[in-house]
Amino acid sequence: MRLIVEEVGHRYGALEVLDGLSFTVAEGEILAVIGPSGCGKSTLLGILGGLLRPTTGRMLTEGAPPAGCLNPFTYVFQDFALLPWRSVAGNVAFALEHHPLGTAERARRVAEVLATTGLAEFAGALPKQLSGGMRQRVGIARALAVTPAVLLLDEPLSALDAQTRELLIEEFLALWLRHRTTAVYVTHNLDEALRIADRICVLSRRPGRVREIVEVDVARGERDPARLAPLRQRLWRLIQDEARAADRETQGLLRA
Amino acid sequence: MLEPLRFRGGGFVIEPKRHAGWIAGFAVIALWQAVSSAGWVSPVFLPSPAGIARALADLALSGQLWRHLSASLRRILLGFALGASAGLAFGLALGLLSHARAAGLPIVSALFPIPKIALLPLFILWFGIGEPSKVATIGLGVFFPMAIATFSGVDQVPRALIRMAQGFDVPTSAIVAKVILPGALPGILAGVRISASIALILVVAAEMIGAEFGVGAFILTAGNLMRTEDLLAGVCLLSLLGLAVGALVSLAERRFLAWR
Repeated sequence: MRLIVEEVGHRYGALEVLDGLSFTVAEGEILAVIGPSGCGKSTLLGILGGLLRPTTGRMLTEGAPPAGCLNPFTYVFQDFALLPWRSVAGNVAFALEHHPLGTAERARRVAEVLATTGLAEFAGALPKQLSGGMRQRVGIARALAVTPAVLLLDEPLSALDAQTRELLIEEFLALWLRHRTTAVYVTHNLDEALRIADRICVLSRRPGRVREIVEVDVARGERDPARLAPLRQRLWRLIQDEARAADRETQGLLRA
Repeated sequence: MLEPLRFRGGGFVIEPKRHAGWIAGFAVIALWQAVSSAGWVSPVFLPSPAGIARALADLALSGQLWRHLSASLRRILLGFALGASAGLAFGLALGLLSHARAAGLPIVSALFPIPKIALLPLFILWFGIGEPSKVATIGLGVFFPMAIATFSGVDQVPRALIRMAQGFDVPTSAIVAKVILPGALPGILAGVRISASIALILVVAAEMIGAEFGVGAFILTAGNLMRTEDLLAGVCLLSLLGLAVGALVSLAERRFLAWR
């Protein structure tokens, strides 16, 4: 499914967060969105998935969702958003229970995504018993269970330590290569974006505008730090001044 | 010269000591019994533990114990069931609906601090001196803490979980049933604990007016007749009742809040 964002703007009261964003996400691509903190990345993702109403502009889609899709726009959250009173399998089933599926089909979907995310043996565990990495695997399994048309990932790895992040990037890419689900991946981590994305949308500081959309023209298999270095340099130069200005802006707000 | 590093950590950790509670309890009772047996205080002013135990046993054997206890329990259960379910529903409305909160919270804040026993005479005028006025007093006393506990429990459900459920297109009624109610359960059970002890206070107070049976009526009669052994036997019953209710709530917490 293709996603078209047209002149989307958003304000919270007097605070303008997003200012006329326009871009498209092609079918089967991962678009990373990066920008300094407070530039409205999460707001943008909220709008993309229909959880927030944009103040201006509109969102369009083109093409049919994949067969068996239950929830076209599906989130993976930074804080995992697992129900602490439900087991791993129960958390995945939560996304399916309100759909008229039949017990067998529901159980099949749960078992399948738990197997693909390596969670099968943890099906009965409670979230409090799991490490951060395992919790986010549950978040990813839950998202895959509804066969999404567009995955909306809101800093999915930001709450994890560096080693776990590395493991999950690999796993996520391996999973993604099977289905090539259209995805929007919001992050503040440049290296994460460079590893995962087809294109990287760089936002300016608040109010967020599209500064540039950069194509990552290195095949996913060949993305080692040396190959990515020139691109990383270019992106960092784009963000650097914005990040510095945003940083000082926040401090100014605190002093006031 | 080598010197060992001075240790300055430790302390400030409360460790479980299993038998201390029992030992302390027995020590207090033993001391009390010793003072009574030595004849230092008149048994009318302070009956001995053995005397109180005897009074309790007499009560149990004559069948009076069950008569008073069942009368009190019936009032508590009925008042609690009515007040708690109404409080739960009202608290849920306060937690979920902007209009209900804006209109309802000032009213709750104004009525909550009233000692409900002050309304008993009014309830007697309304409902007569029998059971309904007593049940109404208990129900009203339970209603407010339950409503407030439920409402703050709902407020403590992380917004992220609600957004998640919306992100999976979960219908509103299912969000309330599967996200908000379980998420508010710790607060609700804390409310049950508080309101159960309020119910216990109110049943005793209510039974001191126009009741033939009930632990409160029994204590009042015993006091009027200077039968202090019976009076303290009734107080012991209340203590045991309170402990039982507390244990029941703890059991529910272990059973339903194991995920915390």
